Amino acid sequence: MRVPIVEMENVWFSFNGIPVLKEANLTVHRGDFLALLGPNGSGKTTLLKLMLGLLKPARGTVHVFGQPPSEAANRIGYVPQDVGINKSFPVTVLDVVLMGRLRHGRNWSRYPPGDRIAAQKALERMEMWEYRNRRIGDLSGGQRQRVFIARALVTEPELLLLDEPTASVDLKGQTDLYVLLKELNETVTIVVVSHDLNVLSSYVKCVACVNQRVFFHDTAEITEEMLEMMAYHCPVELIAHGLPHRVLRKHEDF
Amino acid sequence: MLEALQFEFMRNALLAGLFASIACGAIGTLIVVNRLVFLSGGIAHAAYGGIGLAFFFGLSYTLGTLGFSLLVAMIMAAVTLKVKHRSDTIIGVLWAVGMALGVILLDLTPGYNVDLMSYLFGSILTVPTSDLWLMVVLNGVILFVVSSFYNGLLAMSYDEEFAQLRGVPVRLLHYVQLAMVALCVVMIIRVVGLILVIALLTIAPYIAEKYSGSLRGMMLLSALLNVFFTTVGLWISYAFNLTSGATIIMVAATCFFISLFVERLRPKPYALTSEP
Repeated sequence: MRVPIVEMENVWFSFNGIPVLKEANLTVHRGDFLALLGPNGSGKTTLLKLMLGLLKPARGTVHVFGQPPSEAANRIGYVPQDVGINKSFPVTVLDVVLMGRLRHGRNWSRYPPGDRIAAQKALERMEMWEYRNRRIGDLSGGQRQRVFIARALVTEPELLLLDEPTASVDLKGQTDLYVLLKELNETVTIVVVSHDLNVLSSYVKCVACVNQRVFFHDTAEITEEMLEMMAYHCPVELIAHGLPHRVLRKHEDF
Repeated sequence: MLEALQFEFMRNALLAGLFASIACGAIGTLIVVNRLVFLSGGIAHAAYGGIGLAFFFGLSYTLGTLGFSLLVAMIMAAVTLKVKHRSDTIIGVLWAVGMALGVILLDLTPGYNVDLMSYLFGSILTVPTSDLWLMVVLNGVILFVVSSFYNGLLAMSYDEEFAQLRGVPVRLLHYVQLAMVALCVVMIIRVVGLILVIALLTIAPYIAEKYSGSLRGMMLLSALLNVFFTTVGLWISYAFNLTSGATIIMVAATCFFISLFVERLRPKPYALTSEP
C-alpha cells in the first residue's frame, strides 16, 4: 500500500517575473527515499520550500499529509543548505538543536528536561554530543551539517527534507551521511536535494530530475536510459560531474 | 568621584546610566545579531518628531516621545516585512522626516526656546527622580518580554525560516522587537541623546559577541560593559568638566578600538579555549 505524503499538482512558481517552476507534478509516498537532481537554479530548493509552505505557488496545489504545507510543518524535518551565514552568532550546538523542540506557543521561555534528553539523543546519533558546548560557527562545514540534521531529527519528523546536505562534506563524510539516511529511511520518508550522483545511486529509491519541470523516475537504481534522459533534461548536471559513462561503469561494478 | 555622590543629580545620573545600560545590553544584542542598526538609528532620530509634538501640544516629554517612537517603529516594522529590498531607503526617509517634523514643531511652539543640544547629546545630569521610576518600569517591560520570548527570539535571530516552521510567530516577534527598540531609545535619549544612541546600543554587543557562548551571555556582558562605559564616562566628564553624553561615547569608542586591536592579536579567542 503506497500512501502519498507529498502531492504537488501543476505547480507554477516564479521569482521576480522569472519562471522557476512550470507545471511541476510530484508525488512522494510514505517510505520513499527520493533524490532531487538538477543544475543550479533549476528550482530544487524552491520545490522543497513549497513543500514546507515557506513559499506559496503562483498556480497549482501542494498538499503534505493531505493538508496545506504550513499546517503540516510540525511533521516535517528540514535541513537547510549551509551557506555559512550567521557564523559569528553566539549560540552553542546544543542550543541550535533545541530550536527543533519549539512548538506553537510552547517552550518560548525555557525547555523542559525531556527536550534536553531528546536533543542529547539526536546529537549522539549524529556523533556530535561531545561538541554540544561549542559555538556553531567554530565547527567545520561537515560538522555543522550534522548539527542541522540533529536539529531536524529532534523534531521527530515523518518527512525529512534535506537541501544539499553534502555540499561541504568530504567523500567519506558523504558516504557516512547516506548510510545514516538509509538507516533513517526505515522509519522516515526522505527527500534530498543533491549533486552527488555517485553516492546517491546506491542509496536512494527514486530520482526526480528538476529543470523548471519535474521528471520523475520511479526506479531503485540509476539506469542507462535514466542517465540518457537526465542528460537530455539536465545537461549541466552531468557536465558538472564529468564523464557520464564513468558514473555508469562504477555502478555496474557495484 | 566619591564627594560627587553627595549631589542628588549625580546619584540620579549614575542610576540613569545603570538602567539604560541594562536595557541597552538586552536590546542592543538583538539589534546587532538581527542587523537592525540602521533601523534603530531611524527610530532614534525620528523620535525627535515626538519631542516636537510633545512641546507643541503641551504633552509630557515621555508621552510624546514614547508614543511617536512606537508609531514610527511599527511603521518601520511593517515596511521591512513588506518591501524588504527597498526598506533601507524608506527607513532613511522616515529618519529625516521625523527630525524635520520635530524642528518645525519646535519653531511653531510659541515663546519656548528648547535646548536642542540636551536632546541631541543627552542631559544625564538633569534626570529627575520621576524619570528614574519610568526607566525602572521600561526596564521591567523589556526584561519580561525578552525572557518570556527568549527561545523564540533566539531561533528567529539565528534562522528565521526554521523558526517559522517550528511555529514561532516571526512576524509578531519582529513587531515586538522593534517596539522594544522604541522603548529603549526613549530611555537612552535621556542619557546620551538621540545622536549617540546607536553607539550605546551597538558598541557593547559588538565587543561582547566575541566572548559569549549564548545570546543570554551576550546580553549580560553587553549590559556590564555599558555600566562600565556610563560610569567611567560620567566620572571623566565630572573630573574634566566635559559633556557627559559625548564622554560616555568616547569611553565606549576607546574600548571598541582596543577590542579590535585585541582581536587582531588573538583571532578567535573562543575557538582556542574550547578545543575538545
